[in-house]
Amino acid sequence: MRIPPAALIGLFFTTLYFLIAIFAPVLAPYGMAEVVSRDIWAPSSAEHWLGTDNLGRDLLSRMIYGGRTTIFIATTATVISFVTGSILGFFAAVIGGWVDQALSRLVDLIMSIPSLILALVVLSVMPITVPVLILIMGLLDATRVFRLARAVAVDINVMDYVEAAKLRGEGRAWIIFREILPNALSPLVAEMGLRFIFMVLFISTLSFLGLGVQPPGADWGGIVKENADGINYGIGAALYPAIAIATLAISVNLVADWVLNRTTSLKGGRG
Amino acid sequence: MTDTLVKVRGLKIGATIYPPGEKPQAIEIVHGVDFDLEKGKVLGLIGESGAGKSTIGLASMAYGRGGVEITGGEVWINGRNVLQSSPGDVRALRGGEVTYVSQSAAASFNPAKQIMEQVTEAAIGHGKFSKKQAEERAVNFFRKLGLPDPENIGKRYPHQVSGGQLQRCMTALALCPEPDLVVFDEPTTALDVTTQIDVLAAIKDAIRDTGVAALYITHDLAVVAQVSDDIMVLRHGNMVEYGATDQIINHPAEEYTKALVSVRSIQHEEKQPTDEPLLTVRNITARYKGTAFDVLHDVNVELHPGQTLAVVGESGSGKSTLARVITGLLPPRDGQINFAGRTLSPDLPTRSKEDLRELQMIYQMADVAMNPRQTVGTIIGRPLEFYFGLKGEAKRKRIAELLEEIEMGDGFIDRYPAELSGGQKQRVCIARALAAKPRLIICDEVTSALDPLVADGILKLLLDLQKVEDVAYLFITHDLATVKAIADSIAVMYQGKVQRYGSKSQVLTPPYDDYTDLLLSSVPEMKIGWLEDVISNRKMESAGN
Amino acid sequence: MSPIVRLLAQRIALSLLLLFLVSVLIFAGTIILPGDVAQSILGQSATPEALANLRAELGLNEPPVARYFSWLGGVLQGDLGTALTSGQDIAESIGKRLGNTLFLAFWSAIIAVPLAIFLGLLAVRYRERWPDKLISAITLASISVPEFLIGYILMFFIGVKLRLFSPTAISYRADADLFTKLEAIALPVAVLTLVVLAHMMRMTRAAILNVMQSSYIETAELKGLRMFTIIWKHAFPNSIAPIVNVVMLNLAYLVVGVVVVEVVFVYPGMGGYLVDHVSKRDVPVVQACGLIFAAVYIGLNMIADVVSILANPRLRHPK
Repeated sequence: MRIPPAALIGLFFTTLYFLIAIFAPVLAPYGMAEVVSRDIWAPSSAEHWLGTDNLGRDLLSRMIYGGRTTIFIATTATVISFVTGSILGFFAAVIGGWVDQALSRLVDLIMSIPSLILALVVLSVMPITVPVLILIMGLLDATRVFRLARAVAVDINVMDYVEAAKLRGEGRAWIIFREILPNALSPLVAEMGLRFIFMVLFISTLSFLGLGVQPPGADWGGIVKENADGINYGIGAALYPAIAIATLAISVNLVADWVLNRTTSLKGGRG
Repeated sequence: MTDTLVKVRGLKIGATIYPPGEKPQAIEIVHGVDFDLEKGKVLGLIGESGAGKSTIGLASMAYGRGGVEITGGEVWINGRNVLQSSPGDVRALRGGEVTYVSQSAAASFNPAKQIMEQVTEAAIGHGKFSKKQAEERAVNFFRKLGLPDPENIGKRYPHQVSGGQLQRCMTALALCPEPDLVVFDEPTTALDVTTQIDVLAAIKDAIRDTGVAALYITHDLAVVAQVSDDIMVLRHGNMVEYGATDQIINHPAEEYTKALVSVRSIQHEEKQPTDEPLLTVRNITARYKGTAFDVLHDVNVELHPGQTLAVVGESGSGKSTLARVITGLLPPRDGQINFAGRTLSPDLPTRSKEDLRELQMIYQMADVAMNPRQTVGTIIGRPLEFYFGLKGEAKRKRIAELLEEIEMGDGFIDRYPAELSGGQKQRVCIARALAAKPRLIICDEVTSALDPLVADGILKLLLDLQKVEDVAYLFITHDLATVKAIADSIAVMYQGKVQRYGSKSQVLTPPYDDYTDLLLSSVPEMKIGWLEDVISNRKMESAGN
Repeated sequence: MSPIVRLLAQRIALSLLLLFLVSVLIFAGTIILPGDVAQSILGQSATPEALANLRAELGLNEPPVARYFSWLGGVLQGDLGTALTSGQDIAESIGKRLGNTLFLAFWSAIIAVPLAIFLGLLAVRYRERWPDKLISAITLASISVPEFLIGYILMFFIGVKLRLFSPTAISYRADADLFTKLEAIALPVAVLTLVVLAHMMRMTRAAILNVMQSSYIETAELKGLRMFTIIWKHAFPNSIAPIVNVVMLNLAYLVVGVVVVEVVFVYPGMGGYLVDHVSKRDVPVVQACGLIFAAVYIGLNMIADVVSILANPRLRHPK
């Protein structure tokens, strides 16, 4: 299997970020909320590679822990979005009728408002905690997965090979798991990468707006917010976490792009 | 040789393909072709898909479609090598000296513009005629091509006229600039058979009256025999045989040409009906959910064990709907179906496993009739497992036997559908149906997506299998030549009704009703002059007009 | 009624219905969810009396349906209620800020839309060559980058280091002269432009390519027409609907981008106002802002659909 260089770079950085997230406590030189210096926004030095933040904490350590939070939230929210969205989407496509109608119209309604706005409305009355954030993000995004899964399954459901299976007398389980699922999987898997990126950007944006992970905890978006004031004094501390978000998203995108190209041109991928 | 209009020498054409996971590769699709065309003559280019015939046609306009490039050779038109002309000269050539009629006029007309504007555009754009002259010419061609209301049809938009009419409009579009050469690229292939013959006759008359030269590209030798002076037979980008139409049709020299000429010549002895029919379709009336009209009206047919009933008709005749009713996919509004002495439940989910097993189906598009993620072994093995509970070695042995029966061999057992050719795919579908040991197989246009020689092979296989397995076929098709080849009895369908029904010899013996006459007479025959005979003897206008 | 008028009427009625349902959703979102509004406003340490007072003040003791209709009735008459935190009239506060936000969005659109269409055409013209590849690389990067990163990078380098434009829009006054106003919003406009540009370019490219690959373009080419004529007479009329669609979808996207960008640049618009009041848990303000954002979003999508209906030759010239 030949992996194009762009995908290789993406794969490398994605793996790197996930490893850092997993081994954060081992890798971080200082504690996440540990004030290590009286200097705030100290420039980078041998002890503090990225300098210190707005409260004199080690920025590198805080970013390592922040990345762990960002990746954890994005991953779990993606899983929730996928499991909910694809199960309901397949269900709607195969069952059809009023179940399909009801679910599809509900999804239309939710998708007629930008996710961020709806999330803000809900967050104005909910306690802002990590589980709540994950749930809101996952469920709002499940609408997109639902649409994709349903569309893919509807396309496959009208194929002659599915009709042939029905004429043979196969049960619903065989049709969903043996005829539809194997053919629906690759477009869904490719989409998963894009959903993950969206989640990373979503939680970062919420935290940046002060409505995500609450201090003293922090994710990358929150670290941007904490250090944003420095920009006006010419201090770039806020840029590091922002760049981390961007590089993670680009890396995953490069991998997703490659997976998408590969699966669509894969043997038999036309079905 | 001052009359030579087109001179092609050593024409080579290449394309770039993109195999998955590999670097793009350059391949050659036409390997050096020569021909000459005199003014006012028609050359037919004939071949199966992948023969390179359309590519050659477009090369005469110095055009390559989607990544296709002319890599070598010369194309001389009116004494100029168009492959080395300046972009300006190429533009003057296209739409001026050489024009093009595509297979699908419906896609080739701009949906947002009136027909007249599009028909006259090239004539005006190349400065050959004024707007007024061009429009007069267009109306003349509309009239000559037999379009209704020739004065006003130009004001319509493409979606407002029928497919057959649009194909004529495209011919007018090609003739309007007074070109020296028209490239006809399968101009009648997408049309129903009774419409095809009228369009074909209109094109032939127009060619004769204007004295224009033409390249006529088609996969159907019988069609090309009607319009061309010379024929070139192509295969895999090589010339197989090139000669006068009479020689190619009546005295072909090459084996491949002989095969093409004798295609559809399968002989099949009609069987006599038995006492007890296997399938009885009684008073079936059906409509689709949410629609207000019946697609089938009071249909009655019978099929005897081990025999073939051909249901023939054009698009919209209801023949495929009949298959859906018999299989239980579309419960009828009225009527009843008896099968092997039992009354079939109208609705698929309530049928017994035995009913399902004994009634199998084969589809037109073998591509989408097989799950691309399953191997040939799984596809054929599933019915064995499902109906007979075969497992492991016993199943594998039976799969190998079935592959043997369809003349493929057990080497294919672990292949995926995408690795098979069109004919092989259809064979695997046949094996899947046979695996259930059915008493009846419904064949829905099973050969119409295949090249003629491949289709012939499939028909022969089906006939052989019928002898061995004693299985009955309900054969749905629009192609009367196929019907003649394999049927024991025939039902002609028209607008949801059975128009004519009986044994093959009864149905195919005059006197005919008007529609059957039209349908029968519309099937192109491998005979020069057939078109003129037919047109002068018809009783009924084709449905597509 | 001609089919096209019927379709248009249907589409507009559907949008109104959608807007109504969205108002239900937004209202329900703030009462059905498990949180207690009064509790979240006052915090866990609030005394029962204070909670009871606030509930009475918010009308929380009324049944939800009655509260919804009295709220909706007010909205329809332009009365959005009063803010819990400041006691100010919400309609009045939003009025000014909405104007500011539209000013920002307007100038971003004025720059982004023509630029994106031009670059999209460029990408089609030089398909698979370097301008196209560069454009797709930028697209890839841009859909992966959060708006605030672009914002802070511009602010940091152009605003603070180079001092070309004011780094924040905090000094923006609606009554200043146009030039001063434009100077103040230069950076936010640049960010918003960059944010929507990539999407719009990529979608324009896809829309035009789709048209350029149709058979009727090949027919036009085989008529020997000039490239310009082909694009102008054959590709363009069929591209209007998809391009308008692209533009509208991206303007809708701009609505979301505006929220973040206003916070980054401390711009006195709707986005900043909304975010501010979400953290203050000022529910009436959040409801009002949410409804307005949703209305703009639904309206833009409706325009896109209306244009596609109007541009469809099959509907304009029925059989």
